[in-house]
Amino acid sequence: MSTAGTSSARAGSGLTAAVIASPHAHGGNSVSATMFRVKMALVPATLFSFWLFGWPSFFLWALTILSCLCFEALSLRLMGSRRIKATLLDGSALLTGWLLALSLPPWAPWWVAVLGGLIAIVIGKQVFGGIGQNVFNPAMVARVALLVSFPLPLTQWVTPLPLSPVAGPDFVHSLRQFLTSAPLPDAMVSASVLGYTKTELSRGIDLLHSLSSASAPALSWLGERSGSFGESASLLILGGGLYLLARGIISWHTPFSVLAGVAIPAAIGHQLDPAHYLSATTHLLSGAALLGAFFIATDYVTSPNTGSGQIVFGLGIGLLTWVIRTYGGYPEGMAFAVLLMNALTPVIDRLIKPRILGRDRKGKPLSIPETKES
Amino acid sequence: MGFMNLFKSIAGHDWGVHPADHKRPACDVQTRQLPVPPRVYLMLLQHVGAPARPVVLVGQKVKKGELIAAAHGNISAPLHASTSGTISAIDEITAPHASGLPGMAISIDTDGEEDWIETDIPSDPYALSPEDIAGRVASAGVVGLGGATFPSSVKLNLGRRSGIDTLIINGSECEPYLSCDDRLMRDKAAEIVSGIRLMLISTGAKVALAGIEDNKPEAIAAMQEAAAGFSEISVVPVPARYPMGSDRQLIIELSDREVPSDARAADVGVIVHNVGTAYAVHQAVCLGRPLIARLMTLNGGAAARPGNYEVPFGMLVSDLIAFSGGSKGDIAKLVMGGPMMGSVLPHARVPVVKGTGGILLLDAREAADSESEPCIRCGSCVSACPMGLLPLEMSARIRNEDMDAAVALGLADCIACGCCAYVCPSRIPLVQYFYHAKGDLYERQRAQLRGEATKKLALQRQERLQREAREKVEAAAKRKAQRAADAAAAAEAARLAAHDDAKQGETA
Repeated sequence: MSTAGTSSARAGSGLTAAVIASPHAHGGNSVSATMFRVKMALVPATLFSFWLFGWPSFFLWALTILSCLCFEALSLRLMGSRRIKATLLDGSALLTGWLLALSLPPWAPWWVAVLGGLIAIVIGKQVFGGIGQNVFNPAMVARVALLVSFPLPLTQWVTPLPLSPVAGPDFVHSLRQFLTSAPLPDAMVSASVLGYTKTELSRGIDLLHSLSSASAPALSWLGERSGSFGESASLLILGGGLYLLARGIISWHTPFSVLAGVAIPAAIGHQLDPAHYLSATTHLLSGAALLGAFFIATDYVTSPNTGSGQIVFGLGIGLLTWVIRTYGGYPEGMAFAVLLMNALTPVIDRLIKPRILGRDRKGKPLSIPETKES
Repeated sequence: MGFMNLFKSIAGHDWGVHPADHKRPACDVQTRQLPVPPRVYLMLLQHVGAPARPVVLVGQKVKKGELIAAAHGNISAPLHASTSGTISAIDEITAPHASGLPGMAISIDTDGEEDWIETDIPSDPYALSPEDIAGRVASAGVVGLGGATFPSSVKLNLGRRSGIDTLIINGSECEPYLSCDDRLMRDKAAEIVSGIRLMLISTGAKVALAGIEDNKPEAIAAMQEAAAGFSEISVVPVPARYPMGSDRQLIIELSDREVPSDARAADVGVIVHNVGTAYAVHQAVCLGRPLIARLMTLNGGAAARPGNYEVPFGMLVSDLIAFSGGSKGDIAKLVMGGPMMGSVLPHARVPVVKGTGGILLLDAREAADSESEPCIRCGSCVSACPMGLLPLEMSARIRNEDMDAAVALGLADCIACGCCAYVCPSRIPLVQYFYHAKGDLYERQRAQLRGEATKKLALQRQERLQREAREKVEAAAKRKAQRAADAAAAAEAARLAAHDDAKQGETA
């Protein structure tokens, strides 16, 4: 017992002492710089979405982020942290708020933003011990909690303003819409492709008929479709994702396998029965497929830390998303799929480890080759 | 196979990092000589193995190159006077190590004569026997000059005994800021090639592959020219990537062989020697000159005249800085070695040793250290680790004092190259964690050995006591039996006597 005591005392002093060990150089990367680049990658899609959905979406975005920052500061204060300012400046809470806002319906009322921030930061992140400790993606925890608790406001989609027959509300009207949570004007209400086809299928109308009908929602690479606030502008999200890949912020493993996990079963299903299975393109352009693949599933904290692990993780998310969309009760399944695979991340990390140099996959030293002369 | 290679190129493990190398302009400046310092301090332990044993007395005059301490044990290296003068003391001085702990050293008050000993120059060094070459290398005190400081002759003999086929010459010099190997290859390529030839003879290897990082085109050109006449020596440019100079990585790069984690390079048929060592072997065998000085890079933002200097061993770092032109601005951090693996010096009054490849005078900007933040599990350290370890998982275990879990994750395979800490966005001092854990592990292993030894002794004592007790009992039993026998004999005698008496009585 006494040796354990002294060894822990020594450990404490050794680890908290000033850093003298090498290296004496640093690559210059930092948490805040990484978070900043992710936000830069989100800027084009976000700006485009403001244009698509007008002032209410801007209020939603701003209040969700503000809510996340406030709850982060409050949690840290309650826990007696001395690094409140530094933690807020690392940009992780801001990014969580940003991603949550992008995943919400564009005209969601103010309390969705506030409650979303509370759930994401307090329940999704701080109760686990703050940054780096959470098991589940905080933004998706909030998204799913809101969706199952308040299904109506969380599935109210609006027609993108450029496609809308009526003009978008001005600043004052938008603010009133946002703060009073008044019902959406009928002319603005729309459905997403996934929701629309699911409803039609349940009414016995197959895809061949429902998609060729005049009332079928639009689908577009540019983003002129109804859906969550930041998920529509497929090309811009893809561009942001490629920027992150090019800067080395994310690796190709997760996004590529998420998209493959959705597209492969979708293509097979569509090939076999186009009347009941949506095409791969429809799947990729709908819902949170692209945003999820490049920005949500790639969250460092909640995804595996090896490339092979990320492929398993990504394929799992893609496949689960397709299964939920196709067979489940909800039209969209990305958030559920991400959370389910988040839960599996520790297992994946336990089972899939990189091979140590000089050892085999099981960790046994490689055998020494027979030498010729000795 | 083609498919597997394609797959490897996509999924391949892009190990290591690409730090800014800061080698120029220091590497382009001609090598400079330094004046003889007033006193040199030669550490008795500046190699891997047992410390050398002094063979001189205080007050004795020594010539340059004279043996002052002999190798002691199988793995050790002798020490020679790096300049001429008088032995002034054999005592402790701060060792060139971050701990600031002292070590034994022989100090010489120099006389500035630079008076060399008589040297033994063989008529044809390349006709010497492999054993003779290794013997001359051993007595010249040559050790691995890449920083490992393992006695070179031991490696030469090991190579010969293991029947290796390839000699790998490490000219990669992957540490940023350092350029002493680069400078040596540019200026002394012919001598290095001569040393390589001697090492080939001594190890029995068929070919030598000299790997040089492609950020040193001048050195590659010079070495290729010098090696042109020798078909068994090839100069191979390797990609500049840290830690290319690490044995296991360079062996894979040049010979495509992977050293098993519990084996030595010789087990897969190769031996790695540094270019500086090849040069020292040439000096030792062809010129009979022991290893008493080497090239060192003086660099860093606070160095007034960055460049390469020929420095005698035992010179104080403070003298080296002063003689080379001093510092400019404040030295925020003084490092011996490169920035990736070098150690911080507690102060400048420490002597340079055989393993010193450079002294870095880092200014405040270079030494800037910011507070570390929590791990965000970004996995940068995992992709940077050249050994395929999970630094983030190991450090998490070490923080929780779970050393066994850290070992299970491969702590013992860590080469402390520093790639993980270099790329960490949270600036977690991962290498410090690993040093700490390895130290703790070493302590525990020692405690375990001690415990086992104590247990063995206790067991032996118990056995001895039992044996003694048993012997006592046996002796007692024996004595008792003896007594009984004696008594019986006495009784018998008495009976016989009584009988006799009776008889006598009867007869009487």
